[in-house]
Amino acid sequence: MSGGIEIPVRVTQVTPVAHRIKRFRFERLDGGPMPYFSGGAHIIVSMNDNGHVRRNAYSLMSPPYDCSAYEISVLHVEDSRGGSSFMHEKVREGDEMRVSHPVNLFQPDWRGRKHLLIAGGIGITPFIAMMEQFSREGAHFELHYAVRTRDRGAYCEDLVARYGPHRVKIYCDAEDNRIPVARLLDSQPLGTHLYVCGPAGMIDGVLKAGLEAGWPEQNLHSERFLSSQPGKPFSIELTRSGKTIHVGHHESMLEAIEAAGIDVPFLCRGGACGQCETMVTVCDGKLLHNDVYLSDEEKASGRKVMLCVSRFEGNALHLDL
Amino acid sequence: MLVEGIKSRPVYKGLSIQPRSRRHIFALEGEGAHALLERKAELDDAALSRSEILYVARGSQAKGYDEALRELGAQMFFAGPTIATLLFRLKGTLATAHMGTRLYIAGTEGFIGQAMMVALDHGMDHASIVTEHRGSLARRVQCVHCKGITEDVTHSPFPCSHCGLPLLVRDHYSRRLGAFQGVNIDAEEPGSAPDPEELFL
Amino acid sequence: MAIAFKQETFRDDFSYRNSPENIRRFPFPFDRDEYMYSVNMEPHVKGQKGTVFESLIDVDEHYIAEMHDRALVLRDDPLRYQALPHMMTAQWDTLELLMEEQAAGYPEHFTLIRNGDRWRWINRPLGIDDTFTFGDTATLPYEPLEYITRQAQGDFCIVDQRDGNLWMDAGMVTTQADWSLDFDIGMNFMEWHGPVPLAHQAGVFDRALKFLLNLQQGKPTRRFNWTMTINPRLDTSPENYPKWGADRATVTPENVGEKVHLRVELQSLWRLPRSNAILFVIRCYLMNMNELVTVPKWARRFPRVLRTLPPELIDYKGLTRYRQTTIDWLSKFDDGAPTSPGPFPD
Repeated sequence: MSGGIEIPVRVTQVTPVAHRIKRFRFERLDGGPMPYFSGGAHIIVSMNDNGHVRRNAYSLMSPPYDCSAYEISVLHVEDSRGGSSFMHEKVREGDEMRVSHPVNLFQPDWRGRKHLLIAGGIGITPFIAMMEQFSREGAHFELHYAVRTRDRGAYCEDLVARYGPHRVKIYCDAEDNRIPVARLLDSQPLGTHLYVCGPAGMIDGVLKAGLEAGWPEQNLHSERFLSSQPGKPFSIELTRSGKTIHVGHHESMLEAIEAAGIDVPFLCRGGACGQCETMVTVCDGKLLHNDVYLSDEEKASGRKVMLCVSRFEGNALHLDL
Repeated sequence: MLVEGIKSRPVYKGLSIQPRSRRHIFALEGEGAHALLERKAELDDAALSRSEILYVARGSQAKGYDEALRELGAQMFFAGPTIATLLFRLKGTLATAHMGTRLYIAGTEGFIGQAMMVALDHGMDHASIVTEHRGSLARRVQCVHCKGITEDVTHSPFPCSHCGLPLLVRDHYSRRLGAFQGVNIDAEEPGSAPDPEELFL
Repeated sequence: MAIAFKQETFRDDFSYRNSPENIRRFPFPFDRDEYMYSVNMEPHVKGQKGTVFESLIDVDEHYIAEMHDRALVLRDDPLRYQALPHMMTAQWDTLELLMEEQAAGYPEHFTLIRNGDRWRWINRPLGIDDTFTFGDTATLPYEPLEYITRQAQGDFCIVDQRDGNLWMDAGMVTTQADWSLDFDIGMNFMEWHGPVPLAHQAGVFDRALKFLLNLQQGKPTRRFNWTMTINPRLDTSPENYPKWGADRATVTPENVGEKVHLRVELQSLWRLPRSNAILFVIRCYLMNMNELVTVPKWARRFPRVLRTLPPELIDYKGLTRYRQTTIDWLSKFDDGAPTSPGPFPD
């Protein structure tokens, strides 16, 4: 498959962590070491749901220098298309699965004099691995972590215990306690880099506040976990392979094309990396671009589409595949 | 050997004021003072109250720019006698600065390069620094052979002020050294160097 | 099988030569009779025995001599090795990669024993047996990148990835085709390729950058580059141009075979695990024209390629003074017969 080399693994531990959040531990079937990775990296987990293959990206949260296993945490999303439901309801300890090599689209800027981490909810996961790495390498960091309620906040107590309350600060919505973003932005030493991961609204808000506080965009970093949104079913014509593909309500174009046995390159399956960029040859209707990779001009041109998260409404869509 | 049209040649986009900055630091050399004075209208009292102007006259001695800059009414104003004194002051300012601070540099390329190096040393990203080229086109050039830097180079080829080799000045530019590259022009046939041409006045 | 390492020099008396077996495995880069510029990237996977792809980090009969020459270059000019402070994690990544690949490819010459963070590295050709703590620079005599690249053939650059670009932030560069690490360190992909003619306009670097930004762990890639060098001199640095530039004017019809060398760079690019940086290996191979014409296919093809080179590249590669003399000399070995496709000897 085109997302890179897959590693066959066994699920060796499933741990409930908080309300609707479970942690999964993967060890190699052959007993060998997992590849090392860098904080902020994700893997693609392939789920075989009765012959229907889903692939979701999850941030690695185990220590990057521990190659005995990989760990991820999965939030059971309310209106899940199936990925997180599958992980929560079907995956058991002892199951065999496949994961990709790690890919990092949220790498810390190693030049940073200080790293200011802002997490919301399940967006904490990439920071758990990052902090392990910062800590081991003696880098200066601070985490500000917002959770809705204490029982929904994963790893709050562990992280405070591990790094101390001066470096890890928890904010709980239910207690009317919010991250004082504006104050934080105004008090950071020159050379600080900010990283935010969480719900889309939070990411947008923090990045906007950063620019308003006069931060240069080079110092503002984010990772969005875009997932393919459900939508009306539609059909596409693949001009080179001569196939017609039906994309179902809960399916992405990428998944439907893969299910038809056509290999398409991908890395993030979340609209960010650009690997599955595909040329549109005919578009009679409206492309629903949901990615953050294509520029506004490219989206408006209607000539390119990212198969992993975007959809289509209309009469005919032909792709150069 | 490619001499011109090299992509590492810096582009100076002009001194546009970044209104959202919490603090503005202007490092100005010679005619670079004009780059700021011409934007007086964009500087309201609020911006000036958050501004620090550092100035060295050099080629613009006795043109009265220091008075004009002082009269802008920035919160802090410093006029230094040399580039070195200005850079020392700039280091002090950046050492305690916070994010939200914007650095603006205007003057000759040699000055921009040196002030930029100070900023990089303090963790600023070069792309966030606002620059404008004013005054002479003279270049700061590093001899790739002896590593000596020659300031205010106006001719190519020119003799390296350290090792004496005749150097061709290329558009290849190192931000880390704040200098263009000078390469021995007659290495393949010593003594065959062409006459110097005035290219960077 | 153990490699028979040669005693030879890349300076002064220039005693460097290739054995007949080494000529057969020379990575001749031209797969057709004319010059074509392209991104030409392909997966860096192991190839057949008797080629330079036998191992992913190639060690050959020149290993000891090349490492000796590197030590001489560094003794005169320590700035040939530099690393910006934020590259330390990537330095350790590189040390691991080069030790693992050399030990895997040449177990009779190199051994790596890992016991947690306690590592023992045995390099028999150079007589090194060191035990150190992975991640602790105080346990090595040099920074990790300098330590391991004093023991690996080729130049090494580590590029950091940020803001949608690649930044050359560390390197060991002593066998380069006329570019300066000291000058270029800290530059981005477009900037350090600035002096290369034609390719920018053709969009070559835009495509290459896009490709490399998504380079994956465990899937290294490679490409070839080439130029020509007078005398088997590894260190054709801009720093020392006054020392070697005049060599270009010494080529005569009588000495082409000895003096003129084809210089091939096998460039491999590796995503590094802990830093997410990319290691750029630039491995240099030299072969003089006497050696080249021992392979009839290459003797026919190389003058044909040289004839079709665009003027900008003749200038960029510094061939102006001796290209025609070389073509004339090589043409004696080109009977005009067609050549088989691909680069390998028949």
